[in-house]
Order: sequence, then C-alpha cells, then structure tokens
Amino acid sequence: MVYENPDGVKIGLEIHVQLNKLNTKLFCGCSTDYHNAEPNTHVCPVCLGLPGSLPVLNRKAVEFALKVGLALNCDIVEQTQFHRKNYYYPDLPKGFQTTQYDFPIAGHGKVIIDGEDGERIIRITRAHMEEDPGKLMHMGSIEKSKGTLINYNRSGMTLIEIVTEPDMRSPKEARRFLDKLRSILEYLDVFNGDLEGAMRVDANVSVMGGDRVEVKNISSHKGVEKAALYEIMRQKNFIRRGDKVVMETRHFDEARGVTLSMRTKEEEHDYRYFPEPDLVPMRVADWVPGVQKTLPELPDAKRDRFMREYRIADMHAKALTSDIKVADFYEHVALRVCPGAAAVWVADILKGELNYRDIGVHAFKVEDMIEIIELVIGNKITERSGVEIIRTILDNGGTPKTIVKEKGLIKVEEDIIIKAVTETLEENPEALQDYLDGKEKSLNFLVGQVMKKTAGRSDAKTTRKMLLERINKLPQK
Amino acid sequence: MSGWANISQVKEKITQGSAEDITTSYLKRIKKSKINAYTTVWEGAAEKAREIDEQGHNGSLAGIPIAIKDNISTKGISTTCSSKILQGYVPPYDAHVIERLKDAGAIILGKTNMDEFAMGTSTESSCYGPTLNPWDMERVSGGSSGGSAAAVAAGEAPIALGSDTGGSVRCPAAFCGVVGLKPTYGTISRYGLISYASSLEQIGPLATCVADIAALMDVIGGYDARDSTSVKTETVYKDALVDNVSDLKIGVPAEYFGAGIDPAVESAVWDAIQLFEELGASWEQVSLPHTPYALAACYIIAMSEASSNLARFDGTRYGYRKEGENWHVMASRTRAEGFGAEVKRRILLGTYALSAGYHDKYYLKALRVRTLVKRDFDLALKEFDCLMTPTMPVPAFKLGEKVDDPLALYLADVNTVPINLAGVPSISLPCGYTDGLPIGLQIIGKHFDEATVLRAAYSFEQNTEHHTRRPVEVV
Ligand SMILES: [Zn+2]
Repeated sequence: MVYENPDGVKIGLEIHVQLNKLNTKLFCGCSTDYHNAEPNTHVCPVCLGLPGSLPVLNRKAVEFALKVGLALNCDIVEQTQFHRKNYYYPDLPKGFQTTQYDFPIAGHGKVIIDGEDGERIIRITRAHMEEDPGKLMHMGSIEKSKGTLINYNRSGMTLIEIVTEPDMRSPKEARRFLDKLRSILEYLDVFNGDLEGAMRVDANVSVMGGDRVEVKNISSHKGVEKAALYEIMRQKNFIRRGDKVVMETRHFDEARGVTLSMRTKEEEHDYRYFPEPDLVPMRVADWVPGVQKTLPELPDAKRDRFMREYRIADMHAKALTSDIKVADFYEHVALRVCPGAAAVWVADILKGELNYRDIGVHAFKVEDMIEIIELVIGNKITERSGVEIIRTILDNGGTPKTIVKEKGLIKVEEDIIIKAVTETLEENPEALQDYLDGKEKSLNFLVGQVMKKTAGRSDAKTTRKMLLERINKLPQK
Repeated sequence: MSGWANISQVKEKITQGSAEDITTSYLKRIKKSKINAYTTVWEGAAEKAREIDEQGHNGSLAGIPIAIKDNISTKGISTTCSSKILQGYVPPYDAHVIERLKDAGAIILGKTNMDEFAMGTSTESSCYGPTLNPWDMERVSGGSSGGSAAAVAAGEAPIALGSDTGGSVRCPAAFCGVVGLKPTYGTISRYGLISYASSLEQIGPLATCVADIAALMDVIGGYDARDSTSVKTETVYKDALVDNVSDLKIGVPAEYFGAGIDPAVESAVWDAIQLFEELGASWEQVSLPHTPYALAACYIIAMSEASSNLARFDGTRYGYRKEGENWHVMASRTRAEGFGAEVKRRILLGTYALSAGYHDKYYLKALRVRTLVKRDFDLALKEFDCLMTPTMPVPAFKLGEKVDDPLALYLADVNTVPINLAGVPSISLPCGYTDGLPIGLQIIGKHFDEATVLRAAYSFEQNTEHHTRRPVEVV
C-alpha cells in the first residue's frame, strides 16, 4: 500500500541536541553535571564570557559530533571551522554564539524510519556543532515579570543541531523520526534524553505546496506531532478559505495544543557571521576511520541480529531495540531464559507497564525479570500472577519471592492444581463418566493425569481430595 | 632616587636595599607624576614586595616592579580598558602573562592608561584623559599603550606590558623613546587580554633597553593551552643578545618612507641603517607592493572583530550599567553611555563591514588583502633577515591635534599595521631625536624569529647612545 499524502504535507525538522554525556562543556573545562546544582555554580570566565577569556575546543565534543555524523550516514568535513553568530540577548554572555556556519561538521546523511507505507528515508541536510546559551528565568509570566534571572550553568554546553530535508509526510512520520534519532543518539552514548532541555525541536510544516511555517522550540516528540497536526489543520483551513499561507514563525502552546504567531515580529536578523578568530581549525578527516571503529551496533543492526540470534518476531525485535536500555535489558534476560518467552515478557508486558507509568527500564531489575519468567515457565505461578508481581515491584517495590509470599500468590500452587484438575476432567470425559458410573479405578487414573500436568508438585492425597471436591460440584446430568 | 633604571640596575638596588624600598619609591614617583600614566595604582604592591623580600628573591624578575596595560586581566585589580563601560569591573582571574610574571616574582605597580579598548594612536580616547608625553607634556604619548610607554620613559616603572593590534606597543615606544616589541602572533598567550581585534593583537613588552625586553619575553612567552592560537616556541630570548650583525641582510622597503614622512625621522632611520652597514651588515631596497592597501584592510578586520568582541559589554553581568524599562533598553543605554566616540565609531564601522550585502565588499576583501600583505613579507623575508623602517612617520604630535580627524590618526599607523596583518615580529627602539622628541626605528623579522630582531636591536643599542637619553625630570 502506497501512502498518497493527500494534503501534500511536508515536514522538515531542526533538532538541537545537547551532547549531555560529555563531562565538560564545549569550550571550557566546566562540568556538565549541573541539572541539580545551584544556579551559576558551573561557570568559569570562558562560559561566562568574561573579558579576556578565550575558547578551547573540547576534542571529546568533536569526537561525539563525529559519532553522530557517522551514525546518521553523513559525510564528514575535512577540518572544523567555527563562526560567530552575532546577536544580543541576555542569555548570550559574549553577545555572539560560537557555531558552525558554512562548514558544518557533517552533512548529506540519511536515517531510515518506519513511514506511513513501510521504510522511508529521511535525508539529513547537515549537523553542526554550537554552544548552548544560558537560561532565562522570568519572575512570573513573561509579560508581567518583575525581573529576569539568568542561570549560566547551561552556557557553553555542546549542542549539535541536526537539520533534515522536508521528507516527512505526516506528523506521525515526524515523531517516528525523532524517536529513531533519540534511539540512535542513546545507542551512541552521547546523549541522555531524560535530562531537561536535552532536545529542542523546530518544525517546518507546509501543505499543498504552500509556504512553510516554522514552529519553534518544541520540547517533546509528542509536542512535535501535536504541533504539526495543528499546523496542517490550520493551514488547510486557511487554503480552503482561499487565503494564502505566509511564511512565518510560530510558537507552540503545549498546554493548549495550538500554535500561535510570535507576538513580537521576527526581525530580519543579520547575524553578521564571520570566522571565529579565537579558534584554529582542527583537522578531523583523519579521525574518521578511528571513530568509525568505535561506533556501537546501531538500532537497525541490533534489530536484525535479535531476529537472527534469538529467533524472535520483527515486531518484538523492533520494540526491544528502539531503546538501548531495553535492548540491553532484554539481552541479559534472554541469555538466561528462553529468548522467545523473554521477548514476550519484556516487549509486551514489562514495556507496557513501564510506558503506562512513564518510567524507564532502569526501574526494573534483570534478576527479577528472570525470576518471574522462570516461575511462569516452571508453571509455579500463573501468567497473571507474573504480571501482578511486575506491577507490585514497580508501584511498591519488593522482590518476586516476597511478593509471591505476601500477596498470597503462594496459593498459586493450589491454583495450578485446580487448573490441572479442570483440564484433566475436560480432557477425559470418559474416565470421569466411568468414575461416576462407579468405577473407582478411574479416579486413580485421573489423579495420575493431574499429577503429570503439575509435574508432581501435588501429592496424590491432595490431588485426590481436590478432584473429588470438583467432581462433587459438577452439575448432575 | 631617580626612577630610571633597567632590570639589572633595579636588581642591584634590591640587593643593596629591598624590593619593598624600590617599590615604595616607584609608588611615590607615580603619585607625584603629572603625566597620567596610570589608571589604577595597586595598593598591595609594597606589601607584595615585602613578601618577596622575605621569601628571598626567587624568580628571574623577583622584586622587579612592572606596569600593566589596563586591558590585561589582573585578579583583584580593576581592569577597565580605560573605558567607562568597565568601571567597577575587577577580574576574578589573572591573564596568562600575569600568572607568569607573578611566578617570576615581579611586582605589579598598577594598571596603565590607554586608548579606550586600545582603539587609538594617542591615548587621548581614554575615559581618564590622555597620558602626556614625558618629553613634552603638550604632546601625546602615542597609543594605544601610551600609559605603559610613558611610565617607562618617565621612570615610573622599569618595565611594562602593552598590547599591539596595529602598532599599539611600537607607536608609544617610538613617541616616548623606549623599546617596545610586538612579538609574532601566537608567541604570547592572549588569555586574559581583553580582545579588541583577536586575529591581529599580541601582548608586548616595553622597557628602556633590549635586554629587558628579552628578559620579559623569557618570562611571558611560550605556549598556553588556554589560547588556541598560542604556538609552542623554543626561543631563549636572552641568548639573542649578541652584539654582532656582520652577517645581517637588511631589507629597506621603499613604501615605508612615503609621502608625509618627517624629514628628521627619515634621516634618523637612514643614519641607523648606515650604522648597521658600518657594523658589517648589508642592506638593499625591497618592495612590499601591497603596503598601500594594508591600512584599510587592517582597520576593516580590526573593526569587524571589535564589533563582535565588544558585544559582551551590555551592563548585564559586570561593569557600568544604565537601567532601562527592559533589557534591550538597558543594554543600549549602557552601551550608548559607556562607550566613547571612537569605540562607537569602530563598532559601527565593523558592524557595517560584516553586514549582509557588504560582507564580501569589505570584510572578505580585507582578508584577501591580508593574504597578499602577508605574502609580501614572506617574499621579502626570504631574501632578507630583517626589514628596517621608521616606526612612525612623524614624532609625537600635539595633544588634540588629530583628535577630531580620525582618518589622520589612522594614517599615523601606516608603518605599523602591515606587520600585524602579516603576524611577524617587530621592535621599535630609539634611533634619534628631533626638537627633543624621540624617533623610533622599526626592525621587522620573520615569523618566530624574534632572535634576529633582538640581536639587531641589541647591536644597535650597544653601538649608540640614543637609549640612554632621558626626558627632563617630569615629576
Ligand atoms: Zn566554563
């Protein structure tokens, strides 16, 4: 089935990714571990832009950016080149942002996503490095704020800005792209998407060949999907009324799910780019083979391997590999128990419970998962009890053993016998009839069948008692 | 005491007395001075000297007082670039050169006056008023490191640091009759030097003799990881102090003796070249054909970089602030009131030169000229060991004479700016006097060949008396 894209939707994205797994900032030695720190404690003359301070390019940051470029199948530039982007804003301590301009570190790449009608290639225009500005905190709403506080802890953090071609044909594809990008970045171990402000997205949306509208600074993947949906609807209505969509910049109101024209008229900015004289070019072309070697197995490759090695379904492999942490979790489990059962338990059950609670897989122990699967496979607990144990651990903590005990899931032993009894009676109607007809020996046969089903967990006496109880409750024919 | 002393003389005095005594006598002299060389005198200097006395004078500059240009960051000592916009700014860190000086035991006497943000040739654009020339107090001290040069000339410091973006060390050295070196770009870390034009400027030493320049270079030169443009060099500067120029091949670029040159300056420089010949050197005329375009190119590059470098002064984090109803109003008011006329002129011109539509016409063209100027020097210095020219085409001019004519002021830099474009080293040293005003000889060398420049300058000094002349007592 081919997706027709009836509205001629084109979405292109500009994604600012903070390479927050670096230990130090882009141009100074300040620690990047500021998320729980007091304001303006992770700063130095360089990232505060104090007079006389000079930038020194973080080689590790360049290496990280190269990893990203290579993972996005990009060409890599011969040598780094930074420019100054000049504009005034209080969060920008130097009055310019040091960024890459006509020589981005990487370009001409591609990412494959699950599109509306199967695999779709999203082209990457470029990926360039730049420094993050500080953060403004208004005292109250922007309009009524009595003052603005500035926190420069973020100032100088390494960003990589990834720009795509307008290759996404629906909000869903845009979201899939972002999910895939995050997945790749986390596989590379250069990015932690859970940290605040780690990824900020600008979405360019157009319909039916009209002008594109840029929706700025959206902070979540869901937000991008919602903003694009709203924009498409708005632009279509516009065109339906005979109006023309004009090129503009809009802001996404996440709470209301609408995009709003930026109240302040976007000035025609002239950023007066020129080469940063305080940085010398760094030749990186020679680094590429070395960095290439350090690239980990990426999501697509891992998915193929899981299908091959663990003989699990594509659907499961996809679900298990979209998040590196889930993939690692699964592999640890699959090495100890049946990989097929592990796939069901991790991809279908555990992941669902985690998503429902909006928490990561780190909240669950590999050992606990293994124990639960073993209990179920060993027929010691029911699947339902297994799910209950997972839920209990996630909500209240504990271990499978204690929960089995505390929740009285220990009775599960009886449940298993009861289940076996029911099954045995259903499967052997003749033997049952024989017994009802007075053949005592038939009861012995039925006891044997139940004990076989429960793998000998129940003794003959209990089984006999439970069988009789069940038979006595049967409606008399 | 008379303040004039070089490093070895000060050292002798320290052994006879103490660093504290020396420092105190300099501080007294500064206090009585009428030339306005200092913007800040460091109150801690005498105590620091006492500490050095107690510790036993370790380090190559132990107890030697030094004056620092007000655009070099000094931890705990006000650093204002002689601008209203940096009033109240006290750096929380030391520039690389200051760390080195402190390690060597030098005593910072204070910060010296300069053209605001080093933008000038006369130190008249300082928010503290001009620094007067010790040889004639109705004349300018040169710029932009006028305070540092005048302090050394007037015996208010034996040595000083300046910075040179288009001649800012060499011009005041020439006008004040002292020695000043603009090292090869990359020789001295700029970390802590408040940027005017990053790709052109270097910190440079000023002193009464070439030996002191070498001594300072041995302390402040060398690689610093905090400045990406810093280069690893192996030069031991004091080894260059050899009185021998018998093998020296000197090039004399005709373009540097052009229209507007003062005849007395011209003849003093030719006398100097003749002396080198007598000492065994040879000389020939050489052409640096792109010289006429260098001045414009240098100013365009400098102003473009300045427009960006000075963007950080917005009243938000430090220095002067003029409040406004919102941030943009506050920032523009702060800048409107905080910067002087010349700084604003250069920011505006630089902003213009980088603007869309003009960027190629001005900035990019200037970069192309820069490449050509650099090639001129490369070719000439392939043939010659060094080049000799007048540092300034004229001796120190009168205060106020050019203050309303920026173009005339820019033109005064015609012989110094090409050197910054090319990034080569160049020294200015006294080579004569006219009407009681010093004349500077400029010796230009190959990239990272400060040794030849210093050897030539040292030999000249050893065979002349110009550097021993002092202005009449100005205190
Ligand atoms: Zn920092």
